[in-house]
Amino acid sequence: MKIFKGNVLFLDRSDINTDEIIPAKYLTEIEKAAMKPHLLEDLKLEGFDPKTDVQGKACVVTKENFGCGSSREHAPWALEENGINVVIASSFARIFRQNMFNCGMLAIELSKDQINTVFKEFGRSNAQIAVDVEKSVIMIQSKDQTKEIEFQISEFDRALIQTGGWVEYADKNY
Amino acid sequence: MSKTIAEKIFEAHLEDEPFGDVSVLRLDRVFCHEITTPTAIQDLVARGKDRVFDPDKIKAVIDHVTPAKDSKTAMQGKILREWAKRHGIKDFYDIGHNGVCHAIFPEKGFVQPGFTIIMGDSHTCTHGAFGAFAAGVGTTDLEVGILKGVCTFKKPDTYKIQIVGVLPEGVYAKDIILKVIQEITVNGATNMVIEFTGNIVDEMSMDQRMTLSNMAVEAGATSGICLPDMTTVDYLWEFIKDEYSSRQDALDIFSRFKSDDDAVYAKTKTIDVSDLTPLVTFGYKPDNVKPVSQMQGTRIDQVYIGSCTNGRLEDLKIAAKVLKGHTINKNVRGIVSPATPKIFSQALEQGIIKIFMDAGFCVTNPTCGACLGMSNGVLAKGEVAAATTNRNFNGRMGKGGMVHLMSPATAAASAIKGEIANSDLFCK
Ligand code: SF4
Repeated sequence: MKIFKGNVLFLDRSDINTDEIIPAKYLTEIEKAAMKPHLLEDLKLEGFDPKTDVQGKACVVTKENFGCGSSREHAPWALEENGINVVIASSFARIFRQNMFNCGMLAIELSKDQINTVFKEFGRSNAQIAVDVEKSVIMIQSKDQTKEIEFQISEFDRALIQTGGWVEYADKNY
Repeated sequence: MSKTIAEKIFEAHLEDEPFGDVSVLRLDRVFCHEITTPTAIQDLVARGKDRVFDPDKIKAVIDHVTPAKDSKTAMQGKILREWAKRHGIKDFYDIGHNGVCHAIFPEKGFVQPGFTIIMGDSHTCTHGAFGAFAAGVGTTDLEVGILKGVCTFKKPDTYKIQIVGVLPEGVYAKDIILKVIQEITVNGATNMVIEFTGNIVDEMSMDQRMTLSNMAVEAGATSGICLPDMTTVDYLWEFIKDEYSSRQDALDIFSRFKSDDDAVYAKTKTIDVSDLTPLVTFGYKPDNVKPVSQMQGTRIDQVYIGSCTNGRLEDLKIAAKVLKGHTINKNVRGIVSPATPKIFSQALEQGIIKIFMDAGFCVTNPTCGACLGMSNGVLAKGEVAAATTNRNFNGRMGKGGMVHLMSPATAAASAIKGEIANSDLFCK
């Protein structure tokens, strides 16, 4: 199982698409590692600088419809190569969400209210997150406070995370 | 009965329901192109699983960057080419025979009503135009599709969108789908299948239905399905005539997949297009849509007519009708890419290519090319394109470039005018 804890990168916007996560021009790369320096390179978000803001982060917290657009699995790979194995959002585009679990990564959906609260209480601080997959709990903490949030993922998604992804699962079962 | 077409297709292909909440479906087709498949192939090789479930159900094409533009894209083509050969994948389309995946595969008769289809490409929803369940997937799903011929999906909720009324002159399938996306927004159909019905869809040709289904994913939908009818059968007849005794016989069998009258929909919406005017996008989201009349005069640097949305014969015809007898504005670069070699040669025979060339367009070989800003017409920073494609995301056709999505008619009129313009200016 991958590691689901560390510093949070807050992306305060909805509809962040996969072209913003990893631009199409890098799709000619065949090695996942080549994605690393280009994560979120074209993201339109005030105050965000991919050169400095991505480093040392392990988790993305964002708003609605994260990962919309192209089906490219290069988007989760670009996150993974930067040590980001978990994205928490109020909703995901279908293909992106599936790609995350297929790679054994976590895409957690919280309600809009919960996400807004997280942004309000932690968005301006240096927050850390630790996800307990067994217990379905996110622990988020900053210098002055700690919060636990329960989440839900399906048994199938949990099985994918625990067996290390869909290829191994499918080859064994079908 | 009360089932939707998507539910019926799911039921007919169900292989397993491992935890109740997901369905593992058997696949009729796995389509492949050179951008997303090589990574899947490499990974299968690395895992010691370099196998394919059925070489006859896998179809592959080099379409995104062709001819290769550099060593990297050449390598992607090479990996796909060698893999197709190694596994006896007969239906592999390489240079000279290749075209945009979502145009060439239907044209070869590979898509039929009731099929389940995946591809590592988000616009795979296009094939829903034939009454198939076709969905874009990521690399891992593609890998498993290639290896085992299965894919998982959540049970689909269906969003029924009825398109009714009388379609005004100069308004096309592209304007209709832009209207749909504007109304339901970019995630209005996330995790849902859109079922397009209504008299306007019934009256559409397959080319137009493909334009409609193509952009379902821009509203978040898994697939965009049109119900099979005689138009579908007529399109497919040359490929299926040995399997059915008559066209009616084929239709009767395909109709088993049609939604029941009392099927249950998660959402429904009716859009009357009788007053619709040509539309165009602004900004970086496909639901940012305005009437052309409100965007008139917007400066453009390049016009691109092509792609899996609007690069088919009918689209070229529509653009040519506007262009005929005109030349494009001297400040504008015009590029047209017929989506397949067949479309290209039909357009040649019908004098359409000549109209484009006389107007000052550059005619490229069939390819995705400029659509995703990888070759054949990448924008410079600050440049603006009028395009018949499906995505206006920031940087889509080149970093720092802006893309306005529109119909082929609007694109052609804009090319002549040198700014966004309505086709009725030139096409009376
Ligand atoms: S034409 Fe554009 S949208 Fe269609 S498959 Fe090619 S790159 Fe994708």
